[in-house]
Amino acid sequence: MAHDSSHGVNDFGLKIATVNGTGSASANGLLLQALFRMGVPVSGKNVFPSNIQGLPTWYEIRVNADGYTARSPDFQLVVAMNPESYARDIEEVVSGGWILYDSSRELSEEFKRDDVTFIGVPFADLCVTRFDGSRTRILMKNITYVGALVALLDIDMDVVKGMLQEKFATKQHLMEANFIAIELGRDYVLEHFDCPLPIRLETVDATKDSVMVTGNAAAALGCVYAGATVGAWYPITPATSVMDGFTEYCNRFRIDPETGKKNFCIIQAEDELAAAGMVIGASWMGARAFTPTAGPGISLMTEFIGLAYYAEVPSVFFDIQRAGPSTGMPTRTQQGDLLLCVYASHGDTKHIVLFPGDPKECFEFAVAAFDLAERFQTPTFVVSDLDIGMNDWMIPKLEWDDDFVPDRGKVLSAEELEQAERFYRYLDVDGDHVAARTLPGVHGKGAYFTRGSGHDKYGRYTEDSDEYVEVMDRLLKKVESAADAVPAPELHTVEGGSRLGLISIGGCHWAVLEARDQLLRDGVQVDYLRVRGFPFSSAVERFIDEHDVVVVVEQNRDEQLRKLLLLETNCVKQKLESITDYGGQPLSKGVVLEGLAPYLEALAVEVS
Amino acid sequence: MSYITKPSARHPRLPSNAVGLTVRDYEGSMSTLCAGCGHDSVTAALVQAFFELDIEPHRVAKLSGIGCSSKTPAYFVSEAHGFNSVHGRMPAIAAGANAANRDLLYVGISGDGDSLSIGLGQFCHAIRRNVNMLYVLENNGVYGLTKGQFSASADIGTTSKRGEVNEQEPIDPVNLALSLGATFVARSFSGDKPQLVPILKAGLAHNGFAFVDVISPCVTFNDHEGSTKSYAYTRDNMHEVIETDFVPLRAEIKTDYADGSVQAITMHDGSVVKLRKVTEQYDPNDRSGVVDYLSETRSRGEIATGLLFLEAAGADMHGFQGTVDQPLVDIPYETLCPGSAALDQLQAEWR
Repeated sequence: MAHDSSHGVNDFGLKIATVNGTGSASANGLLLQALFRMGVPVSGKNVFPSNIQGLPTWYEIRVNADGYTARSPDFQLVVAMNPESYARDIEEVVSGGWILYDSSRELSEEFKRDDVTFIGVPFADLCVTRFDGSRTRILMKNITYVGALVALLDIDMDVVKGMLQEKFATKQHLMEANFIAIELGRDYVLEHFDCPLPIRLETVDATKDSVMVTGNAAAALGCVYAGATVGAWYPITPATSVMDGFTEYCNRFRIDPETGKKNFCIIQAEDELAAAGMVIGASWMGARAFTPTAGPGISLMTEFIGLAYYAEVPSVFFDIQRAGPSTGMPTRTQQGDLLLCVYASHGDTKHIVLFPGDPKECFEFAVAAFDLAERFQTPTFVVSDLDIGMNDWMIPKLEWDDDFVPDRGKVLSAEELEQAERFYRYLDVDGDHVAARTLPGVHGKGAYFTRGSGHDKYGRYTEDSDEYVEVMDRLLKKVESAADAVPAPELHTVEGGSRLGLISIGGCHWAVLEARDQLLRDGVQVDYLRVRGFPFSSAVERFIDEHDVVVVVEQNRDEQLRKLLLLETNCVKQKLESITDYGGQPLSKGVVLEGLAPYLEALAVEVS
Repeated sequence: MSYITKPSARHPRLPSNAVGLTVRDYEGSMSTLCAGCGHDSVTAALVQAFFELDIEPHRVAKLSGIGCSSKTPAYFVSEAHGFNSVHGRMPAIAAGANAANRDLLYVGISGDGDSLSIGLGQFCHAIRRNVNMLYVLENNGVYGLTKGQFSASADIGTTSKRGEVNEQEPIDPVNLALSLGATFVARSFSGDKPQLVPILKAGLAHNGFAFVDVISPCVTFNDHEGSTKSYAYTRDNMHEVIETDFVPLRAEIKTDYADGSVQAITMHDGSVVKLRKVTEQYDPNDRSGVVDYLSETRSRGEIATGLLFLEAAGADMHGFQGTVDQPLVDIPYETLCPGSAALDQLQAEWR
């Protein structure tokens, strides 16, 4: 049987199909972590239903010695544990690949393929024989397939056992059950099949400076490190784990040692409208406050976002994007809220928006967002997505500079107010478009009325055209001046330049980077820029100017990044082409390469 | 909200309070509401309450939503920070602000449109959360700024100025607050300053959500015959069930419990609220009894007023949360940031 020769040791894609709510998530996590601990670069993508129990769910693991962690372009091995999804799961494996399935029930003829190898292991029967209780049997079935994979892929058993020992250190009986299950699967496979498969693991040393974490956990940690004390939220997939993380890290790092009380306040609001209001209220008082949500939440928050913009209240919003519109597909990823966030709210508004590309940037941009919000006194968004937020990513270890001092912006102290003759909230005294603010409770001279109604530069109510326009014009300049303060675009250029440029955003980065590397290896010269913040820095427009064709790769139907570039730069419209991918799955390089093909042809890019 | 600065001239012999301020120091800018508006009387009562409580103006945070009532924070305590937010959403701003800085005195002014229609959810949840604030609902049964539509507090059978009859069941904020576990529930009348001022003072001293429903007639759109929120109707049909006397912390408490009709309740800050029963058998500590009593009086078309229910002990939002006593805004960044060593330690678990 012919095998796909491009895959083998430490380089393959594996897909596990199970039933939601059966405990497979912990088995899959165990597997991913084991590979990571063997020093092999990996990534895990959880494709799960909006359901608590019963619907099909998948977990994709990519093993790649070169460190490419975008979604696996193809799957050499499928673990088919859910008869309900057999048809599509078996379909998905590449020709020459393998299918590991539960042979307790015979596989129906209709599913059989003759270009792949079927590896039948009677997981259910093995567990029924060995374990008591239906719940235990269901749970342990997942661990037996991990055991089977230990044998098939040559996974280091000591690593797996070590992890189980850590995990169940205080639950001896569970540890023993897991050991038994692992060995059940492994021993059966060793006895009945040739092991290992040509696709397999080999211990290397490529992950020692890395950690495995989700973007939401990293973002939550960023909020802790930024000094955020108030978090308000309404539960929503896929943003819930941001607040779960914040709660966990606050309980760990923010309990006052003397009193046991909390140096933080987390409020589960009645809806996203209230969550936004709480953030604005807390920020008004001078706390660093934030809310994590997804697109539907941003839709509800837009009225308050306009208030924060116009009244200039610093506030931080995390949008963990999911597939819209409306309820859409809550457990699928997308980049469909770019325009929503940039222009959120009625009237003329424009916001600072940061676009992290992985969990490391979720951490860093979370910290940056609070600085930007306070420096520019305006709502600031961190726009992540479900893929970054909820999946386990291998990232370089996070770093922290203990000399970091948060940028609280222009806030007048009681002493400064005491000495000041008068205070006017919206008076730009030094020409940088940002007026000093005061915090309630500090000094009587600092009192003013925060309001969303028309106001002049002195903070007084107005319905006068000139006074209104003066403030509105300053606000525009203020937000635009953040272009050089947001994270700069990441540039990847070839020597001598190229006629073709790629622009991408967020989690698309890794698939685009991988596709570009492949093109470079094939001798195709392509430059690449990843947008990391809005307002766009001048480098973005320059990049477009310097290329004949610029293809924008993004995950939404309406080419939102491309349209934003057209709106917010002076680039030539005809130059900007588009590759969109909006089915809800993380991007893989194949989509990029396929999408680029016509432009490569048209440009007749020289192939060396 | 409109804004007209008041002249700062004052009578040289105006008395000062313990922080050296006169009652004029607790005023704000000139009201732009209609002459005779009930809201202006509520404002005057608030000014009086703040003055008498010797409150430092800059330690007050005054908030509102949108509507006629929501304009009024501009008309009192000009040296307090104000927040005129969006329609029906003031409770969220107040909850967030209080979460961040629990040391300020929070006063929210709302209306029946703001609290009972567009902001009903936020109103309910602020009560459930027991956000430590005085929440005044200036209740006139009508939308004034948009020219006279019924609000959700309009009684069945009420006629509008244009002659329409309201057929929908009203939302009674007092009943609602009681059912949601509110710890301080009062109803008063803008035309009864002697009753309103001590209630407001007690509300400011209360640790938790102090709700005061104030019937505050709209002279322009709802003061006619056929309205149950007019001056005339309210005067004719209100009856005080509890008389409130507020004794500040520093004052000597003179007891006169002889007839058993006065109950002295010590508030969180040490001040004392004395409640004297006007109606026999009325117990302001018995939630379900109060609900039953109010239901009876309402069916007779009567408006029961006074500090109707009080539960002075108990936790506010911070109590539920277990937050530190120090306002979160005062905690230095060095205390909040775990630092690089903690980050390394945490990341060792991410492997």
